[in-house]
Amino acid sequence: VGSERGHRGCRGDGGSGPGPTPCPPRRCPPGNYRTQLWDKQSESFLPSTPGLGMHVEVKDPDGKVVLSRQYGSEGRFTFTSHTPGEHQICLHSNSTRMALFAGGKLRVHLDIQVGEHTNNYPEIAAKDKLTELQLRARQLLDQVEQIQKEQNYQRYREERFRMTSESTNQRVLWWSIAQTIILILTGIWQMRHLKSFFEAKKLV
Amino acid sequence: FQVITGGHYDVDCRLEDPDGAVLYKEMKKQYDSFTFTASRNGTYKFCFSNEFSTFTHKTVYFDFQVGEDPPLFPSENRVTALTQMESACVSIHEALKSVIDYQTHFRLREAQGRSRAEDLNTRVAYWSIGEAIILLVVSIGQVFLLKSFFSDKRTTTTRVGS
Repeated sequence: VGSERGHRGCRGDGGSGPGPTPCPPRRCPPGNYRTQLWDKQSESFLPSTPGLGMHVEVKDPDGKVVLSRQYGSEGRFTFTSHTPGEHQICLHSNSTRMALFAGGKLRVHLDIQVGEHTNNYPEIAAKDKLTELQLRARQLLDQVEQIQKEQNYQRYREERFRMTSESTNQRVLWWSIAQTIILILTGIWQMRHLKSFFEAKKLV
Repeated sequence: FQVITGGHYDVDCRLEDPDGAVLYKEMKKQYDSFTFTASRNGTYKFCFSNEFSTFTHKTVYFDFQVGEDPPLFPSENRVTALTQMESACVSIHEALKSVIDYQTHFRLREAQGRSRAEDLNTRVAYWSIGEAIILLVVSIGQVFLLKSFFSDKRTTTTRVGS
């Protein structure tokens, strides 16, 4: 998610790094970001941007807004969602000063953490006092849990797809019947109308 | 990276190192994967471009991995070789990583198929409605056109085949 001149970085489907990732319901990845403003005089990015506000908006797969909050130039955000699927995370700055027009650039560092490979295992080992083998087993368990969640998501998708297919099938059936009826009725109307017209004109 | 939605599902991609030298450049690719060893520190840039497309928007999935996985343990006590249990764990870990990769690939395929199907659904819906309207308009128009052949002029006994 980068921002240049238009200072609006959007359409990052939320997930591990960027990319569509199913979000297990009720537990969603934390994200954190940091912004740097381009300084024309020194031709480099300033180390920090005090006073710049960023608005973070997160939408769930149904388009419902899950998080909509203002943060400073650096921030952390988390959100919970109850629907699996592709979320949209949108960061945009609302600053009208700060020379973001006419050659202004804003660099946004964005980090979204998803999945077991972002767990900090040395920390977990120290906290729970695990032996090496236990720690490895814990890592494998985390991986397997992630795989299970993904499989659940695919099962849910398959179910939705099946429902959609069946409803489409119904709709095609009704539509074809309706169209045939319209066709027949129109034909009948045409014939009757023309017949009465010709009879009135004494041509038949 | 892989293109999920839009047009012919292709995108331009470019990868540059901190000096601006181009490490990878491909036009109109649907998916690809690229590995390289960084020769120096700095900011590497990658850029996806959809300039060649007239009006379709693209959604691109991409991910990148930097370096190896962090070691599980601080390396102070890593002097002995791995036991059998530990090497079994390591190989299971690698196998599970490739399972997760396959799942990602499958999930992207599903998203791609779904977006294509939804696009098709919208187009078919509009087409059907348009076709029904045209049907009505044409059939009513035919009748009035035919009537107008007979209304204006003095008619002779011209047979009108129909």
